[in-house]
Amino acid sequence: MSLGETIRNSQVWKSIFRHPMPLDRRNRIVVMLTNFFLHLHPVSIKKQGIALSYTWCMGGVTFFLFLVETVTGVLLMFYYRPTLEWAYHDILDLRDVTSLGILRELHRWGAHAMVITVWLHMYRVFLTGSYKPPREFNWVVGVILLLLTLLLSFSGYLLPFDQLAIWAITVGSNMARASPILGYEGPFQQLLQIGDIDMITDTSDARFVTIGERNVGEMTLNRFYVLHCIGLPLAVTLLLAIHFWRVRKDGGISGPL
Amino acid sequence: MHGHDPHFYESIQGFLGSYYLVLSIMNAVAALYLWRRLGRWLEAALLVVLFGGGFVVLSGIAYGGGTRVLGLPQSFKDFVNANTGPVIYTLGTTAVLVIFFVFRRFFTKPAVAWVSLNLALLFMGLSMTDPNFSLIVTKPDNVPIVGLIFLLGFFTWLATYKAVLNDDRLAQGLPPLEKEDSEKVLVWPDLVYTELICMIALTALLLVWAIGLKAPLEAPASSVKTPNPSKAPWYFLGLQEMLVYYDPWMAGVVLPSLVLVGLMAIPFLDFNKKGNGYYTIAERPFGYIIFQLGFLELWITLIILGTFLRGPNWNFFGPYEYWDPHKVLALNNKDLSQFFWVDLLDSGLPKAPSDSGTLVQLGYILKRECVGFVGLAVYFVLLPPILAMTVFRKFFARMGFIRYMLMSNLLLFMAALPLKMVLRWVFNLKYIVHIDEYFLNF
Repeated sequence: MSLGETIRNSQVWKSIFRHPMPLDRRNRIVVMLTNFFLHLHPVSIKKQGIALSYTWCMGGVTFFLFLVETVTGVLLMFYYRPTLEWAYHDILDLRDVTSLGILRELHRWGAHAMVITVWLHMYRVFLTGSYKPPREFNWVVGVILLLLTLLLSFSGYLLPFDQLAIWAITVGSNMARASPILGYEGPFQQLLQIGDIDMITDTSDARFVTIGERNVGEMTLNRFYVLHCIGLPLAVTLLLAIHFWRVRKDGGISGPL
Repeated sequence: MHGHDPHFYESIQGFLGSYYLVLSIMNAVAALYLWRRLGRWLEAALLVVLFGGGFVVLSGIAYGGGTRVLGLPQSFKDFVNANTGPVIYTLGTTAVLVIFFVFRRFFTKPAVAWVSLNLALLFMGLSMTDPNFSLIVTKPDNVPIVGLIFLLGFFTWLATYKAVLNDDRLAQGLPPLEKEDSEKVLVWPDLVYTELICMIALTALLLVWAIGLKAPLEAPASSVKTPNPSKAPWYFLGLQEMLVYYDPWMAGVVLPSLVLVGLMAIPFLDFNKKGNGYYTIAERPFGYIIFQLGFLELWITLIILGTFLRGPNWNFFGPYEYWDPHKVLALNNKDLSQFFWVDLLDSGLPKAPSDSGTLVQLGYILKRECVGFVGLAVYFVLLPPILAMTVFRKFFARMGFIRYMLMSNLLLFMAALPLKMVLRWVFNLKYIVHIDEYFLNF
C-alpha cells in the first residue's frame, strides 16, 4: 500500500471525508452532498451556467474578495489601534517596518477591486435579465449587499487617519448634515421643533450620529472601526448566506427557460 | 510644467517600456489564437506586424530613454484642454454611447473591437508622457478607476456582442445561444476546478498589484489644513459631482436614496417577461436603454469626471491641464425667481416686512417662489398622467396605477439631473426653488 492510500484508508481521514476520492460519477455526486463547503453548489449544472462568457464569474470573484478582505482584515487588526495617538503611526509602521506590511496593500486594493466587481456583477445580472421572476427578491438582497460593500469601503477609508482619509470622510459625512428633517442644515428640520426647543441641532442630527462628534475625530474613528470590523461584516455575512441560498432556491444560475 | 519632477521623463521610462511590451505580447497571443485555433493566418500576420511590431518599437524607444518623443503633439493637448468642459464632456460621452448603441452591429465585430482596444491603449500610453495626465492617473487610488474603465469597456463589448448574436437568432426564430448549452455537467470537476483556477489567478493578480503599487498614505490628519480639492472616495464622486447642480440634501441624500430604491424596484416594475437568462437588446429595449443611461452615463461617467477632471475648487480641468488652484471661473448663476421677478416683471423680489409673523413670511416666500413651485408641480404631478395618456399608454395599461406612478416618478427624478445640467449650461439657472430660510433649494 502506498503512503497516500494508507492515509486515505486511515480512520482519521475517513472521519473527515466520508467518501472515496471523487474519481467516478457516484463519488463526484457524493462529494458535493457531503462536503460543507461544496454543498453551496448543486450536484450538476447546465453547461451554459458555468460559461465564463455568460457569468463573467463576477459574483464569485466578489465573494472571494470578501474572503480575502476578511482574512487580511483580521491580520491587520493585530497591528492597528483605532486611536488618535496610534492609528496613523500604526499604518506608517505597516508601510515601513512591519514584515507583513503588504497586507495593507492587499486589503486596500482588494477593497477597490470588490467595489468594481460588485458593480460588474450587478451589470451582468441586469444585462441577462436575471432579476426577472422568480429572482426578484434576490436582486433586492443584491442591491443591499452592493450598498453594504460601499459602506464597508467607506468606513475603512477613514482608518489610516491621514489627510486623504479624514477629508474624504468629512466630505462624505457632510451630506448627512443636509438630510431632510434629520439634518441640522436640511430642509424641514424645523418640523421637529417642540415649542422653542430645536430637536435637531449640530449635536443631535444625522451627521452627529454618523461621526459621533461635531467634526471627524477619535469618536468617528471608533465608530467607523467598529462598523468596519464587526457591524457591517456581520450584516454582509447574513445577507450573503441568504443571497446564496436564494440562488439555489430560485432555480440555480439563470438561463433561458 | 509647473513644479513637476524635472526627471519626469526618466521616471516613466521603465513603466512605459513594460507597458508597450505587454501590449505587444497581448497582440502576439491574439495572433497565435487567430492562426492556430481559427486558421485565419492573414489576420494573424497583420496583427503581429501592425500592432505586435509597432508596440515592440514603441517599447524599445521607451526603454532607450526616448519617452519625450512618445507623446501627443502639444497643439493637440492644448486644443483638448481649451475645448473641454463639463458641457462638452457630458454631451460627448452621451454622443459616444449613442453612436456605440446605434451602430453596435459594427462596433462589436471582434476585429473592430480589437483595433479600438489597441488604439485606446495606445492613446493612453501616449497620454502618459504628459506630466499632468500622468500625475492624476497614477495617483494610487485612481488606478482602480483606470482599470474600471477598461473592464467596463470589455464587458460592455462582450454583452453587446452576445446580445447582437442572440437578437439575430431570435429574429430567425432560433433560441438564444445560451439555450444551446443546456446539457448538464457535474459541478465536480467542471465548476469546482474553474473556481479554483479563478481563485489562484486572482490571488496572483492581487499580489502583483500589491507589490507593484503602494497604498497611499498622506500627511497625518489635520482638521485645520483643508486640502484643495477635498474629494470623497472615488465611488462617491458621481454624487459629489451632482453637488454642482443640486444642494447636498438632493445630491447627497435624496437622489442616492432614490437610486437604491429605483434599483430595488427594477424587478417589480419591469413587466417584460422576455430576456430572462440570456443577453438580448431587441427583446427589452426600454429597460436596456434606461439602465445603460443610468449606469454608464449618470453613474460611471460622472465618477470619471469627478475623479480625473475636477481639480482645486472643483473647477473643471482638461486631461492635460495643470491643476492651478488660482484658476478663477466667473459664476453668475441666477435663480428662477430672479428671472421672473427681476428680469421679466422688472420689480424686486417679494420680501416680507421685517416685523411680520411666520405665516406672513411664509406667504411672501411662496409668492416669491411661485413660478418654481408651479414648474415642479407640472413636472412631478402633471407630467405622469400626461405621459400615461400619451407615450406610456401601453405601460400604464399593463402596470396599473401604483406601479406606473412609482416608475414615472423614479424616471422623472432620474431625468431631473440631466435636465438641471442643461438648464445650468443654457440659462445659468441656479435654483428652481430657492428657500434659504428653510434650506429648501431645488
